[in-house]
Amino acid sequence: MHIDKIRVILSAHGRLTQPVDKLDDNSDLYQAGLTSLATVGLMLALEDEFDIEFPDSVLSRKTFGSIETIADTVEDLLD
Amino acid sequence: MCGSHGSLELAYDEYRNQLLDAGLLLGSGVSGVYGLSGTFEGVIEAFEKLITRHGSPLNPEVMRFPPILNRKTYLSTDHIETMPDLMGSVHTFKGDQRAHLKLMQKKHADEDWTTELAPSDVMMVPAACYPLYPTAADSILPEEGRLVDLRAFVFRHEPSPDPARMQIFRQREFVKLGTPEQAHAHRDYWLEKGQEILTSVGLQVEAIIANDPFFGRGGRVMAATQQEQALKFELVTAVASEEKLTAISSSNCHLDHFGKEFNIKTSDGNDAHTACIGFGLERIALALFKKHGLDPDKWSPEVRGILEI
Repeated sequence: MHIDKIRVILSAHGRLTQPVDKLDDNSDLYQAGLTSLATVGLMLALEDEFDIEFPDSVLSRKTFGSIETIADTVEDLLD
Repeated sequence: MCGSHGSLELAYDEYRNQLLDAGLLLGSGVSGVYGLSGTFEGVIEAFEKLITRHGSPLNPEVMRFPPILNRKTYLSTDHIETMPDLMGSVHTFKGDQRAHLKLMQKKHADEDWTTELAPSDVMMVPAACYPLYPTAADSILPEEGRLVDLRAFVFRHEPSPDPARMQIFRQREFVKLGTPEQAHAHRDYWLEKGQEILTSVGLQVEAIIANDPFFGRGGRVMAATQQEQALKFELVTAVASEEKLTAISSSNCHLDHFGKEFNIKTSDGNDAHTACIGFGLERIALALFKKHGLDPDKWSPEVRGILEI
């Protein structure tokens, strides 16, 4: 699973108002302070880390809504 | 797709040439930069007065800013992060006599002389409301919030053959600073009022959920977010093309973006929310010329009556 890596990236790029280790995998990241601008940095960092490219079809608010949804998308793109 | 794109270009060229031939637009040799005739300007003035007649009963504070703003203010917004390709940075010459000679030599040799320039303290204004926020910085709003009436030339570096996509144009805006409810109510009020005003002068408009032209692939996430939250609406109508409608007015909810950045608080101590409605004045005039003809003297008595021309 890539959850741990995602948590590290989220911590570095998410500019959240709460520490990432206080969040559950399904916590709402927008509630935790994720802005759409920070989402861009998060997306680019995820792409670099996992050597993937998010296609237009997943570039939505929902994709970055929780650690779980990010992990699901990353998993799909790695398959 | 090719055919459709081609017909769009044709529509742009056709309408632009009509406007140039009629002397309404005066070409500059640069795409999207025009002078305007007295007739064109007269339509803008008449439409602005119409907006004022609708807006003044709300008793807004009226402010007018120049088309340049403090570079520091520019950097306090996230424009450089979100729309870097549209920015305009004002550079000037700050060197001594020797540096001037170098500048001249480069110019005469047809080399890139702009490398001898340095940034000034100002940037081009990208949206009419940007210069407002620093004037409200570190303040607490009155309970009813604040309503501000703005007009400014704004610059967007997007050269285009579409006469409606100018690089520099005027926005007339009403901005609300207040609670989330006040900002939303402002947006909803003006979305409807905007449709009423534009319909009254014979323009058929449609309200659509829209997004700002955020830069790059990352911008698609921001655009999708903005769309999903329905933060931006545009009123669109046919200008150069019937197939691709043109936004002539837009209303944005900025949430607490500017309130946070500029430390503007509501009376209950929370970060202020802001929302704006903007009328694209040149585009509205272009839509009126398209709809009613290039000679306002021949427009219908109803439209002339509403515009008081």
